[in-house]
Amino acid sequence: MEALQSEKINIKTTLDPYKYRPDFPILSQKVHDNTLVYFDNAATTQKPIQVIESINQYYRISNANVHRAIHLLGERATNGYEEARVRAARFINAESERQIVFTRGTTESINLVANSWGRKFLEPGDEIILTEMEHHSNLIPWQLLTHQMGAKLRFIPFKADGTLDFPVFEQILSNKTKLVAVIHMSNVFGTINPIKRIIRMAHDRGVPVLLDAAQSVPHLPIDVQNLDCDFLAFSGHKMLGPTGIGALYAKVRLLENMDPYQGGGEMISSVWLENATWNEIPHKFEAGTPNIAGAFGFKAAMDYLDNIGMQKITLYEQAITTYALDKMMEIDGMIIYGSAPERGGAISFNLGNIHPHDLAHYLDQQGIAVRAGHHCAQTVMRKLNIAATTRASFYFYNTFEEVDYFVEQLKSAVAFFNF
Amino acid sequence: MKDEFRELYQEIILEHNRSPRNYRKMDDCTHVLEGRNPLCGDHYIIYLKVKDDIIEDVSFEGSGCAISKASASVMSTTIKGKSLAEANEYFEIFHKLVTGEADADAYFEKAGKIAAFSGVSEFPVRVKCASLAWHTMHNALENKADKVSTE
Repeated sequence: MEALQSEKINIKTTLDPYKYRPDFPILSQKVHDNTLVYFDNAATTQKPIQVIESINQYYRISNANVHRAIHLLGERATNGYEEARVRAARFINAESERQIVFTRGTTESINLVANSWGRKFLEPGDEIILTEMEHHSNLIPWQLLTHQMGAKLRFIPFKADGTLDFPVFEQILSNKTKLVAVIHMSNVFGTINPIKRIIRMAHDRGVPVLLDAAQSVPHLPIDVQNLDCDFLAFSGHKMLGPTGIGALYAKVRLLENMDPYQGGGEMISSVWLENATWNEIPHKFEAGTPNIAGAFGFKAAMDYLDNIGMQKITLYEQAITTYALDKMMEIDGMIIYGSAPERGGAISFNLGNIHPHDLAHYLDQQGIAVRAGHHCAQTVMRKLNIAATTRASFYFYNTFEEVDYFVEQLKSAVAFFNF
Repeated sequence: MKDEFRELYQEIILEHNRSPRNYRKMDDCTHVLEGRNPLCGDHYIIYLKVKDDIIEDVSFEGSGCAISKASASVMSTTIKGKSLAEANEYFEIFHKLVTGEADADAYFEKAGKIAAFSGVSEFPVRVKCASLAWHTMHNALENKADKVSTE
């Protein structure tokens, strides 16, 4: 116990969540007469005042359409929007902002690749390799594509501990493989997949790799040049930003060879009645008026995160996750899904025979927000032979004290449902 | 904890969840229907044996939250041995209770254990949990569809 206490103090000296919590107005409210404990960060994160203000300020002083207007407001809007692109490129260490396409989020980023790259380059009989732990966002777009193109999906299975089965990957990787698309950090198990190894193996055969980085970019330092991934998809709202904005990173050569995603204004160069030429990358992929306010907010979110330091955030989250896992496992009847050594702060579990829906409702009454359900990963649930789990997921603003309260309430839930 | 929450999970509901009645497959059923709530994964199959307008037997299988399972269990005990018209009447009463259109007192005589579910009306998100088995039973008898979804 003493060791734990000193560890707690050590962590606090590296990142003090109480220093940042006042920036998040939503966290100080009461829910059902209890102080809110927000443990649903894998679904979406809360927004600091800096992000809320940036959106507010955009609409108050800069609102105009981008890349069109000669007037001052148009210039402000365009500059802010493009600064956000530069910011996103820097956040993941991309070589150039030309490699950043703004989208609605991870799901749209992946759909963009499936449509613009997949439809152009996939042929009947080709194969795309996914894992069995994909979120629906990195499964359904590929199902749609392969069904249309007469291509096939192959899957890297996961093992009981929530890690990938590499020998199977080696077997299914072949000259039919045209793409490997994998989730970087599992939203169910918390597993951080060894993507450098996956990328190296795929690249040895000249196969490009797409990373669903919805859960990793918000929590880990990401360097796309170092990873050498070909596509990377992430969402603003899971990293303090607003909903409806996210990004696709891709290598320049890939973006240049891909067809447009949607047609409309902004994505064109010259237009005649019968045909048109495309704008330069990345604008070729951004038809119509984009989510400008969202980009302003997204930029503020990345500023906020980099001001703290992503390394520091990762370390703190690892500490709070380890602390939570240790405490949770002391509870009788606790089953935790996934025990990968490399993991992030999403913990899926079941407690005795209490259904996750009942447990989440009970916790909500105590002010604790967790997710219950299949986490948009029905195939994962089916393989685990369960209908649902409860999931607690952390961000840097969560505290060890919140974890203590959560564990206490889990114990009282057992007493309540077993009366 | 708020009283409304204790009211929702009152003893009779927790008890039926732990020891559901008529929880079995029925091979000689005349009606069978699968009900599903895709959002939360609740999933039940309702079996009915109807002869001369009387529900001679009713049973169910499947899984879901305590509210949905207890509801299926109480539904089975409520309509077993009743006529189709009576089953329909109970379906209407149940619906009114969980949506808060009527309170339990209005049906004190008739409702019996169904009254325990009136607490659901305080929690709109749980109405679909409580209703799943009832809707599935109702549609099975009406031969409405192959599958029921409360979403």
